[in-house]
Amino acid sequence: MKVFVNGEPRDVPEGTSVAEVVASVTAAVTGVAAALNDEVVRRSSWETTALAHADRIEVLTAVQGG
Amino acid sequence: MDDDRLVIAGEELGSRLIMGTGGAPSMQVLREALTASGTELTTVAMRRVDPSARGSVLDVLNECGIRVLPNTAGCFTAGEAVLTAKLAREALGTNWVKLEVIADEHTLLPDPIELVEAAEQLVADGFAVLPYTNDDPVLARRLEQAGCVAVMPLGSPIGSGLGIRNPHNIELIVERAGVPVILDAGIGTASDAALAMELGCDAVLLATAVTRAQHPARMAAAMRHAVDGGRLARLAGRIPKRRYAQASSPFEGLATS
Repeated sequence: MKVFVNGEPRDVPEGTSVAEVVASVTAAVTGVAAALNDEVVRRSSWETTALAHADRIEVLTAVQGG
Repeated sequence: MDDDRLVIAGEELGSRLIMGTGGAPSMQVLREALTASGTELTTVAMRRVDPSARGSVLDVLNECGIRVLPNTAGCFTAGEAVLTAKLAREALGTNWVKLEVIADEHTLLPDPIELVEAAEQLVADGFAVLPYTNDDPVLARRLEQAGCVAVMPLGSPIGSGLGIRNPHNIELIVERAGVPVILDAGIGTASDAALAMELGCDAVLLATAVTRAQHPARMAAAMRHAVDGGRLARLAGRIPKRRYAQASSPFEGLATS
């Protein structure tokens, strides 16, 4: 199925979790947050939250700013 | 002076200089500037993870023992700002947020309608909201009424270095505010920071003036002294301005009299 990870289209297997997507974009274990279709997914739910076709997942961290 | 501490949302800060991290050419320059500034609270932005990024600003803040203040820079709507704040809370474990909702990329001026809307939503969700706002006393009061823990009026547009363009409005905001007033944006050099404190602001937030200075650490030290000097001058009570001179030496007893 196709999902969008930080705006980029990507093919992933059925049942792929938020945790797997986060791990694919960063090795950082702290300072990272994820949103699924504009809703925050708590870290404690990453493993158990499965993606669906056309989902949009954003993985953010802190950068220099303001 | 030792007990003259800044208190925001019930928490004490030992420095009245709040720094931003944007614009520093390297993490090492940033580290040196933050150390020289003496700041205890420093902003970061939230962005998509860049797998190629080297070094993390969070590591620098951790090393320096500086508390992180995430911002919502780049957001144009209340919805975007609220989501960004929630992601920052999840990522960084703080409910403090510097709320920025800008109207356009050209001026980076706050959108007051979206700003108040976002502030209300975030306060209701348990955030300690520090809004970047216009130098508008009415808007500042609306933000305080919405439950913000501070108000942060601009001196002039972000990154412009134009200083405080409307000191009268800043004074009005200070006179009427029941929460800390933090002069945010527009600082160009040390005298601007000192003026903010002399006008009665409780703190100054700046980034570009330091990070893009020719010698960031030196300018950071200058800002630290300026904020301290301005605060002392405010507490000391300046003399009234006069139209004509007032001699400070006595006229009596001159050899020629």
